[in-house]
Amino acid sequence: MARIGVFVCHCGENISRTVDTAAVAQALGEMPGVAHSTDYKYMCSDPGQSLIQAAIAEQKLDGVVVAACSPHMHEKTFRRAAANAGLNPFLCEMANIREQCSWIHDDREAATAKAIDLVRMIVEKVKHNQPLQPIHIPVTRRALVIGGGIAGIQAALDIADGGCEVVLVEKEPSIGGHMSQLSETFPTLDCSQCILTPRMVEVYQHPRIKLLSYSEVESLEGFIGNFKVTIRQKARFVDESKCNGCGDCTKKCPQKKIPSEFDAGLGTRTAIFVPFPQAVPNIPVIDRANCLLFKGRAKGKKKDVCGICARTCTRGAIDYDQEDRLVTEEVGAIVVATGYQLYTIGKIQPKEYLRGYGEYGYGEIPDVIDGLQFERLASASGPTAGEIRRPSDGKVPKTVVFLQCIGSRDPAKGIEYCSKICCMYVAKHTMLYQHKVHDGQAVVFFMDVRAGGKGYDEFTRRAMNEGALYLRGRVSKMYRDGEVIKVVGYDTLSGEQIVLDADMVVLATAMMPQLGIESLAQTLSVSYDQYGFINEAHPKLRPVETNTAGVFVAGACQAPRDIPDSVAMASAAASKILSLFSNAELSREPMVAHVNPATCTGCFHCERVCHFGAIQRKEVRDRQGNLIKVIAEVNEGVCQGCGTCQATCPSKSIELAGFTDAQVFSAINAIFA
Amino acid sequence: MRLGYYPGCSLHATARDFDESFRAVAGPLGIDLVEIEDWACCGATAAHNTNRLLSIALPARTLALAQEQGFDAVLAPCAACYNRLATARHAMEQDPELKEQIVGILKRPAFTNQVRVISVVELLRDMAATIKEKVVQPLADMKVACYYGCLLVRPHEVTGFDDDEDPRSMEEVVKATGASPVMWEKRLECCGGGFSLSRTASVVRLGRAILEDARKAGAQVMVLACPMCHNNLDFRQKAISKYREEPVGMPILYVTELLGLALGLAPRDLGLHRHYVSPQPVIEQVAAATRSLAGGEQPAALPAPPREEA
Repeated sequence: MARIGVFVCHCGENISRTVDTAAVAQALGEMPGVAHSTDYKYMCSDPGQSLIQAAIAEQKLDGVVVAACSPHMHEKTFRRAAANAGLNPFLCEMANIREQCSWIHDDREAATAKAIDLVRMIVEKVKHNQPLQPIHIPVTRRALVIGGGIAGIQAALDIADGGCEVVLVEKEPSIGGHMSQLSETFPTLDCSQCILTPRMVEVYQHPRIKLLSYSEVESLEGFIGNFKVTIRQKARFVDESKCNGCGDCTKKCPQKKIPSEFDAGLGTRTAIFVPFPQAVPNIPVIDRANCLLFKGRAKGKKKDVCGICARTCTRGAIDYDQEDRLVTEEVGAIVVATGYQLYTIGKIQPKEYLRGYGEYGYGEIPDVIDGLQFERLASASGPTAGEIRRPSDGKVPKTVVFLQCIGSRDPAKGIEYCSKICCMYVAKHTMLYQHKVHDGQAVVFFMDVRAGGKGYDEFTRRAMNEGALYLRGRVSKMYRDGEVIKVVGYDTLSGEQIVLDADMVVLATAMMPQLGIESLAQTLSVSYDQYGFINEAHPKLRPVETNTAGVFVAGACQAPRDIPDSVAMASAAASKILSLFSNAELSREPMVAHVNPATCTGCFHCERVCHFGAIQRKEVRDRQGNLIKVIAEVNEGVCQGCGTCQATCPSKSIELAGFTDAQVFSAINAIFA
Repeated sequence: MRLGYYPGCSLHATARDFDESFRAVAGPLGIDLVEIEDWACCGATAAHNTNRLLSIALPARTLALAQEQGFDAVLAPCAACYNRLATARHAMEQDPELKEQIVGILKRPAFTNQVRVISVVELLRDMAATIKEKVVQPLADMKVACYYGCLLVRPHEVTGFDDDEDPRSMEEVVKATGASPVMWEKRLECCGGGFSLSRTASVVRLGRAILEDARKAGAQVMVLACPMCHNNLDFRQKAISKYREEPVGMPILYVTELLGLALGLAPRDLGLHRHYVSPQPVIEQVAAATRSLAGGEQPAALPAPPREEA
């Protein structure tokens, strides 16, 4: 006969107000197998825990049920108390009579009856509980950082400075991300590149950081502490070990009119190119789609049409026959820091739920540009060397209209969220513009000015004080009228319709996750929201963890983030990883599935339903080494204990420790007994 | 394709040409138009200005009749009728309580609010491929300004068939006829609507801006799909031209009339003789194009239409 102790908590008045706790304790005391039953005002308090520990010792209890709040709240507390009294902690369970009973009912009598049923269920379950031991997993003290923007750079440097190795993967030819494209940053107006490029160089020179630029994560195996990641290093057609970054090849390339991605289409680049002068690594890459030689080869020409770069290179670094390489890295933790892209303004949208602003003429009127394009115009390294000149005719615009909330906060366009940074960068743009064009007038159409952050509201106010005209309202359309752009809007504060003649219009478009983030998230088994932003494990208490153990998130791939936020998240993720790496092995709860090798038929239904890829195939051989069958095996490191496999298994060969069929069915039977 | 036809009051009166031209093109395009029996007023501006319940109940009655008469969809050519019917359907769809209330008022318990409401432009846009096949006189080189006005594509959640700020469906229909739509700015501006009689000066001012912008964009003809817009831009064009050195002279055609010409129908069958601004230049251009197609022969189907004076 089991000897189970039942401890009913009043939770002050939280439970006892609607549940007669004494009656519950008394009813349970009469149940077979219950050796001890009592109630107390605060079971989680020190005297409460002592009460449990004393009962375990005195009554020689072999199981404990605490009828109190949700196990999310205090299961750890009571298990620790039980363990301190010498009981295996997994023989202690909680019955939730607060959230699932007292808080949601009014009728005291019925609530008490329900509470008795709830506790009886858990008592029946605990009768079948087995002592369990925590699982220990070895840890590879090496991290993978995906994305080389400011978040990825910060995370990589923090982890590497903490003494662990880092593999930094960046899909573009250079690290730096969007921050390298910015002119100056809010709210201090310090030069973006000046604060970023030293960090980029630090990454490149760090002895513990392995930088894989122009590379993408292809696949992932394994689990926390033991990931094996396959990375595709895309062919640059330039041998990194030979190139010294002299830049002769890019000067001689005959293809000079390719719109530069770095300059957001406002400048041009060559087919063999380094995205920007401070690029890290400073090694060019050949853009196959625009290179004469590769275009010729694609058309099937036997003789190569160009080859000037190879002839120019004195070090023989150009290799037209280079191919993509797959490399495998072993890491213990991963940071996802893939950043953002801007909402597409025009009618053609990358996703079905999005709608564009055809009425703004973006793409048709050259002087209607987006925020990133304005950054390039204002940047000293940009196509106009920092002079504000409009794209159509190179004239200095005397009136520039800025429109906030383009795409964001507009369910009709598909994005309901606030993009968070636009109020700030528009205020910055107005200042940059008016600092450079003294007789220029900046006009801002806004919905609200949201400037939450240290020094942020002061910054937007400064923009207004420095002469930017803020009009509260939306713009319905824009069209070209001779040299000017007619901006038709509505000022909701004065109630007036407004038609402005603008020389240039800047659209503050929303931040969105990078296209293709869904497939990366699937590769990493992390969840994402309807827009593709990576979900954090808990919005308040676990902001940089994901639902997959060992995978962390930082920066704008999680939600719209500015630079300070991204850096803070990156450092947080890095410190989480360093604390993970501070142990030689990981210990985790033993609530994982186990396969009974004798009855498993190898149907692998479990493999198909497992969201986490925890099911492996295992060969069973006889003593002569002949293959008898292939059965399922659970990787304890990967298993998240969801129990889906257990529910699916047709031969009942797979069971979740702590939630076996015997435990669950006993609990269910208890209600009908 | 069998559709419940809801002409509304205007297509039986001032916009007879819209009715005639639509009925004329329906045949060649394989559309079976059956007028809904016992249809009543859509409520127009008057109802929704005074009583919301009335403004839903009036169109709902027509939708209920359409359901009883076995139609899946109601086609309302007049942009205002279309808007009122679609709004009523949408409102009842969004608010089941309202729908139940309306069912009680109408005393039609079987009404399910499943009948779709479609506009002429939406219908023709979806038939663009068929139109292309049936065109016998491609309107090549004709520059057409498509005018949407306010009601045809707005609000988006009610109409839903096109981008409410930058629609393209009428342009697609025009392209299917072989003509070239021009892009211009005032495609969605207000024409003055029902103020035609009470504030004529405002209507004239708005109409002038619309017509001058279309002219500036190089349009030879304007097409639209709203009797009120047609009235304000065709009938009022004389007043609009009053303070100009020369008349605007912009023929205003219903999109069905332009389509009818491309399908080779006689101008008189399309109601083109009912216009105040002569569509003669358009008709002659089509005739010239046809002559060159046919190798110089004058087709008999295009007599010059008699014109009614204002």
